[in-house]
Amino acid sequence: MKDIREITCINCPLGCTLTVELEANEVIKVTGFQCPRGEKYARKEVLDPRRSITTILPVRGGDLPMVSVKTDGDIPKTKIKELILALKGIVLEAPIQEGQVVVADVCQTGVNIIATKTIQKQTP
Amino acid sequence: MRKDIVVIGGGPAGLAAAISAYESGSTDVMIIEREQRLGGILNQCIHNGFGLHTFKQELTGPEYSERYLKRLSELPIDIKLDTMVIDVTPQKKVIAINSSDGILEIEAGAVILAMGCRERPRGALNIPGFRPSGIFSAGTAQKFVNIDGYMPGKEIVILGSGDIGLIMARRLTLEGAHVKMVLELLPYSGGLKRNIVQCLNDFAIPLKLSHTVTRIHGKDRVTGVTIAQVDSELKPIRKTEQYVACDTLLLSVGLIPENELSRKAGVAINLKTQGPFVSNTLETSVPGIFACGNVLHVHDLVDYVSEEAEMAGKYAADYVKSNESSATTVKIETQQGVRYSVPSTVNPDLIDKFLVIRFRVTEVFENHIVTVAFDDQVLQQRQKRILTPGEMEQVLLPKAWFLKHPDLKSIQIRIAKEESQ
Ligand SMILES: Cc1cc2nc3c(=O)[nH]c(=O)nc-3n(C[C@H](O)[C@H](O)[C@H](O)COP(=O)(O)OP(=O)(O)OC[C@H]3O[C@@H](n4cnc5c(N)ncnc54)[C@H](O)[C@@H]3O)c2cc1C
Ligand code: SF4
Repeated sequence: MKDIREITCINCPLGCTLTVELEANEVIKVTGFQCPRGEKYARKEVLDPRRSITTILPVRGGDLPMVSVKTDGDIPKTKIKELILALKGIVLEAPIQEGQVVVADVCQTGVNIIATKTIQKQTP
Repeated sequence: MRKDIVVIGGGPAGLAAAISAYESGSTDVMIIEREQRLGGILNQCIHNGFGLHTFKQELTGPEYSERYLKRLSELPIDIKLDTMVIDVTPQKKVIAINSSDGILEIEAGAVILAMGCRERPRGALNIPGFRPSGIFSAGTAQKFVNIDGYMPGKEIVILGSGDIGLIMARRLTLEGAHVKMVLELLPYSGGLKRNIVQCLNDFAIPLKLSHTVTRIHGKDRVTGVTIAQVDSELKPIRKTEQYVACDTLLLSVGLIPENELSRKAGVAINLKTQGPFVSNTLETSVPGIFACGNVLHVHDLVDYVSEEAEMAGKYAADYVKSNESSATTVKIETQQGVRYSVPSTVNPDLIDKFLVIRFRVTEVFENHIVTVAFDDQVLQQRQKRILTPGEMEQVLLPKAWFLKHPDLKSIQIRIAKEESQ
C-alpha cells in the first residue's frame, strides 16, 4: 500500500514543502527539498519525528530568577510532554555557567539538559 | 566627561559595534544600557534559531549573546548598566541618568545608536470593550515567562501570527497553559512556515486565517473574546461572530524602531523604516552619529544585526580619527516592488570589497527578478523563487563595478517579472 505525505522542512527559514512516498512503512521517495538536509529530515520526520526543546528552570540565589536551558540533542516528539513533566519541580542553585549540564540523561533519552545562560550568584 | 565613542544600547547591535570600534583603533569606548544585563532582546529569546550564518550552528538567543559578552570581557570597554540615555544633541553630547552617578554628561567624538525596537502600542488596534487585565503584547509576555518565570494566564488566545506570537504559543503550551487558537487578520501568516509547523502543528493549536477579535469581554480580568471571520476588505463578517472563553489575550502586533533619541539629535528619519536614513558607512544625516540593528530597521536575523553593527563600529572609529563625515555622491532609488533600502546613499570610496544593500519588498512575489541598475543601465538580474515582505533581502555589489563607473549618480533596485537588457 502506497502512502504519500506532505510535510514542511523546519531546518531553515525557506521551509520547503517535501513530498514523501512510503510503502510498507519504508520511505521510497522524497521530493521537493532544496538541499540534502531536507531529504534527511523528511526520512526522519515520517518515521521517527524528533525535536530539540528549549525552556527555563528556576534558580535559587542568582541574579535572575530563571535560567534558560535546552536539550543537547533532539528527543522523540512523543516524549516532549514527559520531559516537561520531569523538569517540573526542579530548582537549581546559582552560580550556573552557560553550557553546564543541569539535568543528565533526562527521561532515559540519553539527552542532557544544559544551561544556555550564565547566572551569577547574587550577593545579598 | 569625554569619550571617543558612546554606544547607546547593549543588545547584539551595541555589543558588536563596541567591539568593532575598539578593534578598529578607538580605545576609549563606552556602552550605555538601561537594563541590568547586556544582551538586549536576546535574553528573552530562549528558542533556537540564532547564529546559523555566523557560527554555523543553531544557538539560542542567550548563547548567541554570551559569545559576544566573552569577547567584550577581554577588552577595556566602559560599561554603564542600569543607565538610561535621555538625550542626545546634534553636537553629540549624550545625557544619561542612573542611581549612582545621577546625571551623566558625555561629550562624544562619535555616537552609535543601537536602541533596538519596541512593540507597536495597543492604541494602534481598536478593539471595543473595557481594558481589563489579561491583555499583553507577545514580547511582554515573553519577558514575563522567560525572564521572570511568571505565567500571564491559563486559557490563552493569540491575535497575530508573526513569529513572536507563534513562538509564544509553544512556550506557553510547554509551560502548561492551554493556547486555544492563533488568529490572523490576513489570509496568510506573517510568521515563518517552520514556526507554524513546530510551534502550532506540533501541539495541535489551530491557526485561524482571515479572523480577528471584535470584542474583549470582562471588566477587571479578561473573561473571553468575540472572534469573527473577515471579508476581503478585512471587515469582520457579523454573522460569523463567535464567543471564545479565555483569561488572556496576547497581541502579536509587530515592531517599530525606537527613535525618540534619534529625533532629539536631529537625525532624519525614513518614514518607511521608521529608522534613520544612513549612508553605506551607517552614518545618519547628523555627522558623527551612526545607527545599526533594529533601531535602523527591523531585522529578522540577528546575524545581519551583528554584521551591520560591526561596520558601524569600524566607520565610527574612522570618523573619530579623521573627523570627516562621509560625503556621499550616489543615491539609491527603490523602484517598483521595493519598499525601502538600507543604506539610502553611498560614498563609493568607502566601500570595502562589496556594497551590501538590504531591502524589503512591498508584497509577495513568486518567480520574479531582482534587478540592479547603475544610472539606469542594468548590471545584475537575479531570479528569485519567492520574495516576501516578511523576509529581508540583500544584494551584493562588487567594488570593481564602482571603479568602472566613476561618475555614478544613482543605483536603481526593482522587482520585475521578466526584463530584457
Ligand atoms: C521575539 C523575537 C524573536 C526573534 N527570533 C529570532 C531568531 O529566531 N533568529 C534570529 O536570528 N533573530 C531573531 N530575532 C531578531 C533579533 O533578535 C533582533 O533583530 C536583534 O536582537 C536586534 O538587536 P538590537 O541590538 O538592534 O536590539 P535589542 O536587542 O532590542 O537591544 C537594544 C538595547 O538597547 C537598550 N536601550 C534602548 N533604549 C535605551 C536608552 N534610552 N538608554 C539605554 N539603553 C537603551 C535596550 O534596553 C536594549 O538592551 C527575534 C527578535 C524578536 C523580538
Ligand atoms: S530542504 Fe534545505 S533549503 Fe529547504 S527548508 Fe529544508 S533545510 Fe532549508
